[in-house]
Amino acid sequence: MSDTVTMEVLRYRPEEETEPTYESFEVPVQPEWMILDGLNHIKDQLDGSLSYRWACRMGVCGSCGMLVNGRPVLTCATYMESLLPGPIRVEPLRGFPVIRDLVGDITDFMGKLAAVKPYIVREEEKPVEEGEYLQTPEELAEYKQYSMCINCMLCYSACPIYRIEPDFIGPAAIALAQRYNLDSRDEGAQERMDVLSQHAGIWGCTLVGECSEVCPKDVDPAGAIQRYKVSATVDFFKSVLMPWRKE
Amino acid sequence: MRARRSREPILWALFGGGGMMAALFLPVLLGVLLVAAPMGWIELVAFADLQVLVRNPLVRLGLFGLVFLSFFHWAHRFRYTLYDGLQLSHLNELIAILTYGVATALSLTAGYLLWSIG
Repeated sequence: MSDTVTMEVLRYRPEEETEPTYESFEVPVQPEWMILDGLNHIKDQLDGSLSYRWACRMGVCGSCGMLVNGRPVLTCATYMESLLPGPIRVEPLRGFPVIRDLVGDITDFMGKLAAVKPYIVREEEKPVEEGEYLQTPEELAEYKQYSMCINCMLCYSACPIYRIEPDFIGPAAIALAQRYNLDSRDEGAQERMDVLSQHAGIWGCTLVGECSEVCPKDVDPAGAIQRYKVSATVDFFKSVLMPWRKE
Repeated sequence: MRARRSREPILWALFGGGGMMAALFLPVLLGVLLVAAPMGWIELVAFADLQVLVRNPLVRLGLFGLVFLSFFHWAHRFRYTLYDGLQLSHLNELIAILTYGVATALSLTAGYLLWSIG
């Protein structure tokens, strides 16, 4: 195993430069180091001005998603050894305007996330004394896969439609909408349908499937979108054929 | 509130139906007519007998469904190929009119031909 590897890191310091540039750092390769450990080494030992997001370093917080050799990954879950001999190129996630170095502006995603109401919507909350909302293991299994999403935005970075059509609400937001739609305690499916049945909702998706390829939590957003298309189509034909039905 | 009346559910249902028809039935038809019969694995009945078969209204309906849905499957896929692939989203309306228009015209022609087989 080589002792060091070159990490080519995209730098962008708006007060110093107008265009992003690559800066190379020689980083020691240690057993079981992740890309994030390499970045932390750079920041601690070589250049403290390097900016990037991270928090949990265990694949849960969803902050450290970056492009590594062109592929959207969680840097805390990507072994440096798997990319030797290098060089290893680290760039900010595609599809988000770069604020500084490896930090992208995620305002757009945050707005889209809020638009699908990713929380349990009840028409009426039952009083506390009536107890919990109970759920069977089967009801839990219905949505559990989609609840694994950590909002890391790798799927947005992988989605070619999101890059072409910035209005597209995107994979994670739709998967999260499904997570709550399929929850037996939720009553917000129609409210979400109003947002998602637009062209910029589910219909923008042409099932490229890259979102599910890069998802580090096996959420399968592409599958969620296809299921949603079926529900939206059934909903549409029901409303046309049975206009009297309760909405 | 009811879902907005977007035309997409209709188009997507036609696209999905066409995909299903093309996947399940086109290979059978092609296999029978273009492989099995020319190779002599099966004896194909005379053209006149096929015409008799097509006179059955159910066969006509089935064939029309296959043809019509396959054309709309093409139209939807091709519309998005132009829309996203060539990034012509500003021409969305024109592309939609052209692709679904061609599918409609071809379906009507196919329907006319099927119905006029004596």
